[in-house]
Amino acid sequence: MNLDLRIPLGAMFSFTGAILTMWGIKTNDNAALYARSLGINANLWWGLVLLAFGVTMYILGQRGQRKIEKEPPQLGAKDGPPRGH
Amino acid sequence: MQLTFVDWLIMLLYFVFVLGIGFALKRYMKTSKDFFQAGRALPAWICGLAFISANLGAQEVIGMGASGAKYGLETAHFYGIGAIPAMVFVGIFMMPFYYGSKARSVPEFLRLRFDEKTRALNACSFAVMTVFSSGISMYAMARLIQALHVFDGLFRMLGWSPDGIFTFSIVLSAIIVLLYIFLGGLTSAIYNEVLQFFLIIAGFLPLVLLGLKNVGGWHGLKMAVSAVDPRMMHEWKGIMHASTNPMGIDIIGIGMGLGFVLGSGYWCTDFLVIQTAMASHNMDSARRVPLIAAVPKMVFPFLVILPGLIAISLPTPHTQTTVHEENGVIYHETSVVPAIEAEGKGIVPAKVNPVTGKPMLDASGKPLLDYDMATPNMLLHYFPTGILGLGLTALLASFMSGMAGNVTAFNTVFTYDLYQSYIHKGASDRHYLAVGRWATVGGILFSIATAYAAISFNNIMDTLQLVFSFVNAPLFATFLLGMFWKRTTGHAAFTGLISGTLAAMLHHGLTLPLEAHPGIHGGWITVIHHYPSDMAQNFWGAIFAFSINFILTIIVSLFTKPKPESELVGLVRSLTPKPETSHLTWWKRPETLGVAVILGAIALNIFFA
Repeated sequence: MNLDLRIPLGAMFSFTGAILTMWGIKTNDNAALYARSLGINANLWWGLVLLAFGVTMYILGQRGQRKIEKEPPQLGAKDGPPRGH
Repeated sequence: MQLTFVDWLIMLLYFVFVLGIGFALKRYMKTSKDFFQAGRALPAWICGLAFISANLGAQEVIGMGASGAKYGLETAHFYGIGAIPAMVFVGIFMMPFYYGSKARSVPEFLRLRFDEKTRALNACSFAVMTVFSSGISMYAMARLIQALHVFDGLFRMLGWSPDGIFTFSIVLSAIIVLLYIFLGGLTSAIYNEVLQFFLIIAGFLPLVLLGLKNVGGWHGLKMAVSAVDPRMMHEWKGIMHASTNPMGIDIIGIGMGLGFVLGSGYWCTDFLVIQTAMASHNMDSARRVPLIAAVPKMVFPFLVILPGLIAISLPTPHTQTTVHEENGVIYHETSVVPAIEAEGKGIVPAKVNPVTGKPMLDASGKPLLDYDMATPNMLLHYFPTGILGLGLTALLASFMSGMAGNVTAFNTVFTYDLYQSYIHKGASDRHYLAVGRWATVGGILFSIATAYAAISFNNIMDTLQLVFSFVNAPLFATFLLGMFWKRTTGHAAFTGLISGTLAAMLHHGLTLPLEAHPGIHGGWITVIHHYPSDMAQNFWGAIFAFSINFILTIIVSLFTKPKPESELVGLVRSLTPKPETSHLTWWKRPETLGVAVILGAIALNIFFA
């Protein structure tokens, strides 16, 4: 297929990670909010993990996409063998 | 539940990407092959992740959590015995016939191997089953949204009656799934299944880590669960006899029923999962797909079963009055816990009849626990706003992708195996592409109808297993004989399938799990045998269905005329050259991967023993 999945995948996790990280920084002093997650700022830390994952995937995807575009289209692969004989 | 704009933002972001992928793929959908088979051009890792994701719907995420809370670690048998060996088997032995035969669907394979009537039977029962599963997924999602009060704030804001939340959730999920499949077909479904795979990990890994930290690590969990029921921390201990393990099933029932019949029946013959492997770009990839899928599948018990176990082992909330004195004044402080939570166990609440609003009781008068709430309640218990949005999105995503897998399987089977074969032959490819799109609409409408009919079940898992045991369990015998014994005939396969399904129904009608009322749980003809649990009943039902099919297919085959061998090349093992793998480096060969996966599965079983 002509769209490398890692691009939208990476983009989605980068955005999600960035949102969580920013929210985590903003609410870092709010002890009541993080009481349920055992005092750990789950938003900040998990946001950073997701951000790193997303960016990695996005970069790999960009590379893959360039490779797809460089390759000449495969002959005959598109339509398959003629049906019925 | 208090959701803030961050939670909504994350949820919205996911929906934007899901639909965006559909729109981005629309321009590649030129032929019916692009739409139904993803052009047979996807890389193995994408198909592999979609392979397990297609099954990662309500059944897995909520059902396994529920099973973990109900039966404990014994649930891991669904992985160690059920899924993983079957995935290795389908990759090494069966995929060469599925992929190599150029069949576009599992029913079509049955036509090539056997005959038209076997295909028609399988296509019809499969179409009904996918619609049913997708409807259950939808129902579970709507009920969960209701129970978690996700849309309550939105409804208050708009001044709508909260009664409409169930319908609103169903319509919303239906529209999203419909749109992205309508636009991008199987490719879109597979891409979204991969997104959802990573979302599930992103949403559940922190949950398990927090939960484990809270109960004091693995050791703490062992102690806490043992206080509830000491049998629940073992996968294998007590398996020799039905009365010494929580599922109430013995080694033969679980090994044969789950391992050989239900697990294989599902992972090796269900077009819902097989379609993702058949979408990959060549034979080597197609064979690697289930094996790649088996690797993350080994990690999933940690992600989906542990939340249920942790939920049941946490302290049950009770209404408490604390008395304390301050400056000579005595204060009484009462924290009121609703009855359904106090009647429950851990943070698993009691089950409430949705019509009367009263707790439901089993045949011995004890309150039934709403195990399906174990995992969702864990999310609410541990996640602060922000990451809670991520967790809820992961849940919603799993429901939608469960639905989507069913819907794409349905539209393919309907279009190729029913419409093109029996209703309108020889039309243009464009016509079938259009029919596929409209079949998607029809399938979703039927699912909605099923969702409304699915209100009276205790455990989604058990219900799905029940349906699978009727339809899928006899199926594996047919494939096994068809692929490995060239003498098997079409008449025999057809007779075997029908009698297998009948045997499963008859078994269900004559037996009943203890503490259940006759009816949907069995015993609707008359009760001649009681099983210790509904799981045991399902597994044994599957064994009966499989055996009846296996024996009858052999007998009828011996009395009917087999197909000439020339027509069976590529369809039967003894008449097909072995797939060539010598061009691959040794560690890339499916056989090597298969051995590695089996060793991993054994290690996993020892760990949970």
